[in-house]
Amino acid sequence: MKYEAVIGLEIHAELQTQSKMFCRCSADYAHAEAPNTLICPICTAQPGTLPLVNRRAVEQGIQVALALNCTIPPLNVFARKNYYYPDLPKGYQISQYEIPLAVNGWVEVTVGKEARPKRIRVRRVHLEEDTAKSFHQGTLTLIDFNRAGVPLLEIVSEPDMHTVDEVLAYAMHVRNVLRYLGVNSGDMQKGVLRFEANISVRPEGSTELRTRTEIKNLNSFRALARATAYEIRRQIALYEAGGQVVQETLGWDEAREVTVSQRSKEHAHDYRYFPEPDLPPLEIAPAWVETIRAALPELPEARLQRFVESYDLPLTDARTLVAEKSLADYFEAVLEHTQASAREVANWMVGEFLRHLNERQLEVEAVPFAPQALAQLLEMVARRTITATTAKEVLREMFESGGMPQEIVQARGLALIADEATLQAVIDQVLDENREVVDSYLKGKESVFQWLMGQVARATRGKADPQLARRLLQARLDALRHERL
Amino acid sequence: MSEKGPLLTPELVQHIASLVQIGLSEAEAEAFVPQLNAILEYFNLLQEVDTAQVPPAFLLSGLRNVFRPDRPEPGLTTQAFLSNVPHPQGAYVCVPIVLEE
Amino acid sequence: MDLPYLSISQAQALLRRRQISSLELTQAVLDRIHRLDPVLRAWLTVDEEAALEQARRADERLARGENITPLTGIPFGVKDSIVTQGMRTTCASRILENYIPPYQATAVERLLEAGAVLIGKHNLDEFSMGSSTENSAFFPTRNPWDLQRVPGGSSGGSAAAVAAGQCFFALGGDTGGSIRLPAAFCNVVGLKPTYGRVSRYGLIALASSFDTIGPLTRTVEDAALVLQIIAGPDDRDSTALPDPVPDYRADLERPVKGLRLGLPREYFVSGMDAGVQAALQEAIRRFEELGLEVCEVSLPHTPYALAVYYLILFAEASANLARFDGVRFGAAAEGAQTIADLYLQTRQKGFGAEVKRRILLGAFTLSAGYYDAYYLKAQRVRTLLRQDFERAFEQCDLLLTPVSPSVAFRLGEKIADPLAMYLSDIYLVAVNPAGVPALALPCGFSDGLPVGMQLIARHGAESLLFQVGHAYQQVTDWHRRHPLQ
Repeated sequence: MKYEAVIGLEIHAELQTQSKMFCRCSADYAHAEAPNTLICPICTAQPGTLPLVNRRAVEQGIQVALALNCTIPPLNVFARKNYYYPDLPKGYQISQYEIPLAVNGWVEVTVGKEARPKRIRVRRVHLEEDTAKSFHQGTLTLIDFNRAGVPLLEIVSEPDMHTVDEVLAYAMHVRNVLRYLGVNSGDMQKGVLRFEANISVRPEGSTELRTRTEIKNLNSFRALARATAYEIRRQIALYEAGGQVVQETLGWDEAREVTVSQRSKEHAHDYRYFPEPDLPPLEIAPAWVETIRAALPELPEARLQRFVESYDLPLTDARTLVAEKSLADYFEAVLEHTQASAREVANWMVGEFLRHLNERQLEVEAVPFAPQALAQLLEMVARRTITATTAKEVLREMFESGGMPQEIVQARGLALIADEATLQAVIDQVLDENREVVDSYLKGKESVFQWLMGQVARATRGKADPQLARRLLQARLDALRHERL
Repeated sequence: MSEKGPLLTPELVQHIASLVQIGLSEAEAEAFVPQLNAILEYFNLLQEVDTAQVPPAFLLSGLRNVFRPDRPEPGLTTQAFLSNVPHPQGAYVCVPIVLEE
Repeated sequence: MDLPYLSISQAQALLRRRQISSLELTQAVLDRIHRLDPVLRAWLTVDEEAALEQARRADERLARGENITPLTGIPFGVKDSIVTQGMRTTCASRILENYIPPYQATAVERLLEAGAVLIGKHNLDEFSMGSSTENSAFFPTRNPWDLQRVPGGSSGGSAAAVAAGQCFFALGGDTGGSIRLPAAFCNVVGLKPTYGRVSRYGLIALASSFDTIGPLTRTVEDAALVLQIIAGPDDRDSTALPDPVPDYRADLERPVKGLRLGLPREYFVSGMDAGVQAALQEAIRRFEELGLEVCEVSLPHTPYALAVYYLILFAEASANLARFDGVRFGAAAEGAQTIADLYLQTRQKGFGAEVKRRILLGAFTLSAGYYDAYYLKAQRVRTLLRQDFERAFEQCDLLLTPVSPSVAFRLGEKIADPLAMYLSDIYLVAVNPAGVPALALPCGFSDGLPVGMQLIARHGAESLLFQVGHAYQQVTDWHRRHPLQ
């Protein structure tokens, strides 16, 4: 039997506010000097303390909700989610339950090379607070509360995805939207985005919803993809063997690449939610929402359209650029500093530039040279100071050393040979060394012209101005033919 | 909830105690059962009130939209915090290992 | 001159005229503490040195004549459920036996800024859970009028101390009568302000949506003076009312003639002791003499108040007490091998029976399948309770009720029967779910024990309570009777 997976995704995104969600501590725990330095009576849950809502966090939440096409209920209520864990200072997490910040949204994502985007519905978006960080050391656990209380946005999709590719496309799309809004760095390694996948499988064509499992704490796209794929296979195998899937919470064992049951968490699953009495409800007025909407930055969809329309980029190139905010930003920054055409710049960006990023596993932010440097390089190509071949070599050098292209070209003598006398000498030498080939040319085998051009390029290590070389070579060969007649 | 209310048993009391992480001896659980049941039975009184059209009070509290500006301020020093911590270790708070199973 | 029994306004007048010093006042109350407290046991912590130092500074302030408030130089005590920075705060629980708060409660901060002299901390029922102060994990407090009887609770230490001349006023906490019941049992004045009128920041939470901080004093005027200092907006409590604080003292002398005093029919039913009933009738006659118009009103949902109150309290308390887990402060079980052991043992040993009962009931009523029938139902009936008060206040300006059906009961009399203990608060609890202010004040004696009455006003109408209470105290002298002479 063929099976189809049914997958829903929960994304936990830390918001980039200055201070924490419910207290005045700095939220920049990544740059804390030492453990337990960004703490106060509130985020360490000293008895008698009370939470205070960070207005900016709510605004950022609304921005995301709007970008995900959500509806914002007129009244918003915080709720306590009760469970015990040493990284949870109050013994409850302030979250939202019955009435979240936003509901009923959707996004359209492009999966692989498919032309038609797929719509994935967003069930809800709600605000909550992050937990402390714990470190295991032998039989002990050490806790640092610097992260405790950092604002988190939880984005819950409907179970609208059926393949690992769809899950990845959706997750990347949401990350991209968060980056476009500037509310999350998207830096997975720092843990600012975490995923939980709900997975079930059913016979293809059926519409039933079977028992699902939940994989928690997936902290990279790789883990998300592998864990989802594994869990789909595991469930199919269970059904094929006549077994049943048990509803449970799973963890992902990165080393062994298997999902593992976490029954200990199951035990505490009765979260006993109730409305947070320490915080009055939020009444999010339509006027406030509209003010925020009006100030939204350009989102990926709009940028794609703009790239295609005003830069005349091919759709696939535009999509590639836009899918990564930093890449699109880089592209536009390059464009500002060069006369080269947008198409040409895009071509280099989605080609050589991206190839280097992938090869080197680099984020755009970590590229060692500024957009101006790349602009300078493309400018040299456009002005025929160097050839495309040389430019590729210079780009490699730039990725390695971070140097400016002009300096690299100069230091390594890579500039185009455009001096007629110099080039003439090279051509004469090439013809002299390849008399037989010249003979065959003169006898009418004109196809060897290209080979001779290659020899010229080789002799000049790619620096020969191709147009000048072509003209001089043709002139010399014409002269020889004339001599023979 | 039935007319008579759910009667707690020592086992159920132990289950709830585990939810709220309170250790209970068997004797304690036994002693609590009649006391807690008496109170729960008293609460059944509310079932006679028709509240079909009545909103819950937490939606009615007068205040709305109480916010704090997003401005960081210094809080506690590590030392001030750790002075109450039962088991500090270096700058950390130390507890026994958290077992996943 | 009997210094310990001066009212605040009398003491303040003498201080300003330099006829007495704050040091003398402070020494006088400390002497009463030394003499009486070995038997009375109203105090959990007394910091003599700090108190004397503050008194000296208050005297300097009075000498300079700068920045003098009605409370400058006046000694006070604080219920030990309100945190005091640097001064041990236990909430009368083993689990906080050695807790030294790293921050100051807003109300205490305002009193200290006003120049009042903090003597120490008052005994209470553990985590304010009780009506007799017998639930203190350390020792019960005795009623100064009869040492075999309870002072009421949970602010029993505060009421006993004010009654016994061990301080001029106290800060108590009232969640469902915890200021008013002990005030009545000990023959002092106790105010439960409008919810949110006094910041809760620093009040160790019992039921967050009911909790209030209020004064216990020997006269109504004194209560107005204290509230004047502690009331007002606070950016550390999101539920604090933003409205400006009226000038309570200026309103005190306004005429009461023609005000309508409502007697809720549901509060004057059988079950009241004859002595209590007689005292109430006498008080009503006095009010008529003062020119108030007495009328009967109805609060039809009164029979449900106790159930609503306790259901919501248990739920909120079960979450509020989750932070006492042996991780960041307070007592921690020794030798625990796992985090679960640490939690279970710390909370088993650290909490008393009443605390455990309430946490268990709260968790049960919030758990899956019961939330709607218990918690949500209680929140709906709570709405009806509030409407009862709103409708009653369309017909009258104030309500008059008994505080308790009986006078102070004997130690041990109700301790084995939790439900009987809960019923002591039957006239008091409805006020907290409704959020309205209520004043308990002495109105007579029955068999040598004090009887109290309760005045209730609409939201924010503390001035009216003070005005009518003060008028009553001008024509009666119950409040001038003191025990242990």
